[in-house]
Amino acid sequence: MTNASGQPGVPVPVYLDTASSEPLHPAARAALLAAIDQGYADPRRLHRPARSARLLLDNAREVVADCLGVRADEVTFTASGTDAVHRGLLGLLAGRTRVGSKLVHSAVEHSAVLYAAAWAETVRAVPVPVDPLGRVAVDDLVAAASDPGVAVAAVQSANHEVGTLQPVAEIAAALPDVPLFVDACASAGRLPLPQGWAAAAASAHKWGGPAGVGLLLVRKGARWRNPFPRDDRIDERGAGFENVPAALGAAAALQAVVAERDEVNARQSALIDAVRTAAAAIPDTEVVGDPTDRLPHLVTFSCLYVDGEALVHALDRRGFGVASGSACTASTLTPSHVLEAMGALTHGNVRVSLSRDTSAAETEAFLSVLPGVVREIRAEVGL
Amino acid sequence: MELDCRDLLCPMPIIELARHLSDVEVGRLLAVVARDVAARTDVPAWCRMRGQEYVGEDTADDGAPRYVVRRLS
Repeated sequence: MTNASGQPGVPVPVYLDTASSEPLHPAARAALLAAIDQGYADPRRLHRPARSARLLLDNAREVVADCLGVRADEVTFTASGTDAVHRGLLGLLAGRTRVGSKLVHSAVEHSAVLYAAAWAETVRAVPVPVDPLGRVAVDDLVAAASDPGVAVAAVQSANHEVGTLQPVAEIAAALPDVPLFVDACASAGRLPLPQGWAAAAASAHKWGGPAGVGLLLVRKGARWRNPFPRDDRIDERGAGFENVPAALGAAAALQAVVAERDEVNARQSALIDAVRTAAAAIPDTEVVGDPTDRLPHLVTFSCLYVDGEALVHALDRRGFGVASGSACTASTLTPSHVLEAMGALTHGNVRVSLSRDTSAAETEAFLSVLPGVVREIRAEVGL
Repeated sequence: MELDCRDLLCPMPIIELARHLSDVEVGRLLAVVARDVAARTDVPAWCRMRGQEYVGEDTADDGAPRYVVRRLS
């Protein structure tokens, strides 16, 4: 990583927020730069520059399909992960209007799922509670999805805030004749795609591709209807002019990440174990999410009596960039619905997520300042 | 005993709860009145983490949510 401060004597910030956005993978940078000069034309046209762009786009699609174990014609490049979620989920719902309008989903889905359901005025969302680790029970989800009028079930592959993996394949196997939408944004590339979805979504900047590239996956034969205005592009499930260079960069990053993941995941998982242990040792601090059946690269914990925003700022001043699900600020008045659904402490919350090259020295440096920062903030309120 | 935290944002209602726990005898009730929605999750979470009993939620006279805790230690 580069020294973003650019000043001598100012430490290089340690970026521990890759679950929000992973730095660009070197493989993505190389592919992106090469494709910028080659992939500018409209891939639908018949001239040579267009054929070149089309070749790059088709290549990106093939690579992505191969990495994810899907068919190339099941892959659509979208404008973002959120766009892919909207299209995937609403498209499945649109294909099932004759059956019903209920969407059964885990209570800890990403807000993109919740907002999409709220936007579709005819859709009635039925949240299914999770356990204290943030996991939805197979039986609960399947029972809710077995009610009459259920059009679609939505379950994430893993939770983006606390890392807990969801039993997607088991749910898919036990579901009645209800299509399953899987938001795989938090895990795609890092872990194999779970089986059993009718549509799924992923986001390139979460695995080290460029931002502005999402993946919509629609299973061959799934009943999916475009919920938005159509467009005359190569792929009828998308809209707008394809960002060909970014799609190629996303594909190159995905290929590299899949190739490296056994080694990277093991290394990250061990570092996260160390962070979990050290955070749990801070008085009145609760580490949330499943300790083992989880994403390799992230952990969330909450510290009693601490303002989450103050904690993020204090850590930033010491050179560590982390995220928080707390709402202890005047601007966002609702706490994380994920922590709420788990019954976890919503204030004093910090999410730490590692990049592919985060070192043990960096997590140790973070852990060496964390207890003192928490102590100082508590001292300010006399606790 | 009732703590008026109506106009306090999180985590202040929980901080007030911790400060005033010792104002009641072991076995007695302490209530926090808080409009901040985080209190609905954080009062039970505080009870779990601090080994106190969360009794439940009702409403204060003015309709504001009121969270009741029993001091166990």
